[in-house]
Amino acid sequence: MTKPTLQLKDVHKAYGDNPVLRGVSLDVDEHEVVALIGSSGCGKSTLLRCIDLLEPIDSGAVILEGEDISWPGYDVNAARRNIGIVFQSFNLFPHRSVMDNITLAPRKVLGHSRDEAEKQATELLTRFGLADKAGGYPDRLSGGQQQRVAIVRALAMQPRIMLFDEITSALDPELVGEVLGVIRDLKAAGLTMVLATHEMAFAREVATRVAFLDGGEVAELGPPEQVLSEPQEERTRRFLRRVTEAGRL
Amino acid sequence: MTATSDAVPVYDPARLDAISKRRRRNTAVSTASTILVLGALLVLIVTSPGWPAVRESFFNGFHAREVLPEILTGLKLTVILFLTAEPVILVIGLLLAVVRGLSAPVFTPLRFLAIAYADVVRGIPTILLILMFAFGIPALNLQGLSDSRLFWAWFALVVSYTAYVSEVLRAGLESVHPSQRAAARALGLNQYQSLRYVVVPQAVRRVIPPLLNDFIALQKDTALIAIVGAGVEMTRAAQIYAFDVFNYTPFVVAAFFYVLLTVPLSRWADWMADRQRRRSAAAGGGL
Repeated sequence: MTKPTLQLKDVHKAYGDNPVLRGVSLDVDEHEVVALIGSSGCGKSTLLRCIDLLEPIDSGAVILEGEDISWPGYDVNAARRNIGIVFQSFNLFPHRSVMDNITLAPRKVLGHSRDEAEKQATELLTRFGLADKAGGYPDRLSGGQQQRVAIVRALAMQPRIMLFDEITSALDPELVGEVLGVIRDLKAAGLTMVLATHEMAFAREVATRVAFLDGGEVAELGPPEQVLSEPQEERTRRFLRRVTEAGRL
Repeated sequence: MTATSDAVPVYDPARLDAISKRRRRNTAVSTASTILVLGALLVLIVTSPGWPAVRESFFNGFHAREVLPEILTGLKLTVILFLTAEPVILVIGLLLAVVRGLSAPVFTPLRFLAIAYADVVRGIPTILLILMFAFGIPALNLQGLSDSRLFWAWFALVVSYTAYVSEVLRAGLESVHPSQRAAARALGLNQYQSLRYVVVPQAVRRVIPPLLNDFIALQKDTALIAIVGAGVEMTRAAQIYAFDVFNYTPFVVAAFFYVLLTVPLSRWADWMADRQRRRSAAAGGGL
């Protein structure tokens, strides 16, 4: 049995007096896809930001491939090189072309040459049907295209794990499909992923396990068939009922 | 609705004709009203009782021609003064703006210094700064420091304008959404790299119009250096000649050249501001 790619151990996080995470523990094995579900404000986004060290945790540990990256004084830049994150609102750099958005970090952080970085970026763009957008600027792209570029930008760092923070929530419905297609593709390629999502049908399809977050902790964790169809916990059932009523399942 | 809008062809010749007729009429009206207003003002001035005396002491053709070479020599120094000041102001101003945004505890004293600098310097009239620097610092007789009054007057201008420019840049830095920095840091860029490649370029672009505005003001404020009587820039050149012959025409000639210097920058500032508005409108549609 190999070590999990990511281990969360009793992670606590509060904003002032408002506790958001109250002891989250979760192991993510290599090639696994874990979907985080739960109502808005349950801590999905905060958890992802804590994993990427964008928010310091109050107690517990975030362990990446056996190393406690949340330890005070750990080189956060080194840790983040191995973690890719994609945000709900894309956060592309508006003053840089698509190509420069993708090659910036490989060049400045990994020290790749421009040629090397652009060759790799072109391969990724081609793979996701964006080759003709390389020279354009983000504001010329549709939301779906921007989000796919954001995914490529994170992939260009060749992370050990990818985090997706409700990446389809800001998209028009007709653009959701193209972004979810990319995730399917990445799953087929064996990438380890954690994705916070409201798309239950999609979670069922791609996730190896589903974690239901409620009240700042993992309330239920298991294979998608179990958590989404035969939940053991009353609060999971309640949440799924609300989602079904909203027509999202 | 579709039927009617399709039925009105955009290239209907009669419609185009009506549009261009209307345009011609608008141009004619604006031209006529401009001529009328300016003409009335001109008539008012030249028919005023003091006009002959004013014309003699401010618009004297002979003195204008006589002073021109001196004014042009002064113009050269004026241009050198602001062209050398602007890059220095930009660099120090940016450093101060960045320092004010640093939250790490080690930077606390630096942050306080930057705040004190902006507060104190902006509180002192530029002309007083020039007097204090140009006469005060050479009087210290310090080894290795320049004793040139011109240099210290220039330096006082830099000190003064850096305070304003750093505030403009700080506003720019604060206007870049925190998610941009988060995205940069998430890619593994360190704090310096995030600023250098992501935050600062966006911040500077956004504040180019107010920056240009400050530089327009600086180009004219080089004239304040005349007060310490060192270095014959344009205003000093005009002063020397004017007080020699008791005629103010050199000031009008100098004023003309100041306008000539600043108008292109003003137009450019407006053009940049317009372009930015159009751009952000386009980006707003996409997001």
